[in-house]
Amino acid sequence: MNLRKYLVLAGVTIFAPVGDSLLSYGMKQVGNISLHDIPALLLAIANPWVGLGIIFLLGFFASYMTALSWADLTYVLPASSLGYVLLAFIARFALHEKVSLTRWMGIALVSCGVGFVTSGPERTSRKPRGRLTDTAPERS
Amino acid sequence: MIQHAMSNLNAWLAILAVVLSSSAGDVLLSRAMKKIGDLGQLRQRRGLKFVLMLMLRNRYFLLGVGCMAISFYSLLFGLSWNDVSLIGPAAASLTFVANAIAARVFLHETVDRRRWAAALFVAAGVVLMGV
Repeated sequence: MNLRKYLVLAGVTIFAPVGDSLLSYGMKQVGNISLHDIPALLLAIANPWVGLGIIFLLGFFASYMTALSWADLTYVLPASSLGYVLLAFIARFALHEKVSLTRWMGIALVSCGVGFVTSGPERTSRKPRGRLTDTAPERS
Repeated sequence: MIQHAMSNLNAWLAILAVVLSSSAGDVLLSRAMKKIGDLGQLRQRRGLKFVLMLMLRNRYFLLGVGCMAISFYSLLFGLSWNDVSLIGPAAASLTFVANAIAARVFLHETVDRRRWAAALFVAAGVVLMGV
């Protein structure tokens, strides 16, 4: 792992929870949508908060694709779940919300999980044979 | 009463759809990216346009994006029926476990005790954070 890879994982970590929060805020404004009203579901992206959320999620997608190109899925997903911890700290210290003991316990469990996976190798699966996988050795 | 039951049913249907489509999408995207190679190094050597073309010509990538789109709209549907505090943690925690199983079966990743522990700890932690 080098600095570039840690920055990519940080991108996955930060963009996803912020994007999800913006989507949630926007969808509360849009209101309930019935399964029979699919056009309304498609038009929900016209809401500015939903639109902003989608921009953040595009940032997440770019970081996520980059991370998946050099690390296992079972490494990237738990390693990037620190975003939940980040959201809780924002809620407690920036928004001054009350964070319950149960939630702190959840934060501790997520942190343990991230610690477990990041202490191991980022890749275990064999490289598929293809003309584009013969990349140069990584410079650290 | 009926409205409340309907709301819960729709929310859990959405959670199920998110978990299935998101796991399928993750596996397909992971397979596509492994096949293409390190995006950072490829971009440095051949440029961004080349990397984008490679991704857009990969059928696993396109299928994965399709699954992610289904997952996204299932999430929007779920969020319109219930709180993010239920939909978010439930969908995320179940997706962690489903992904660990799918990565082992379809991607042949070595999901050792460390990675199982990580997936289960994160899934349990996400549930507790949503309570």
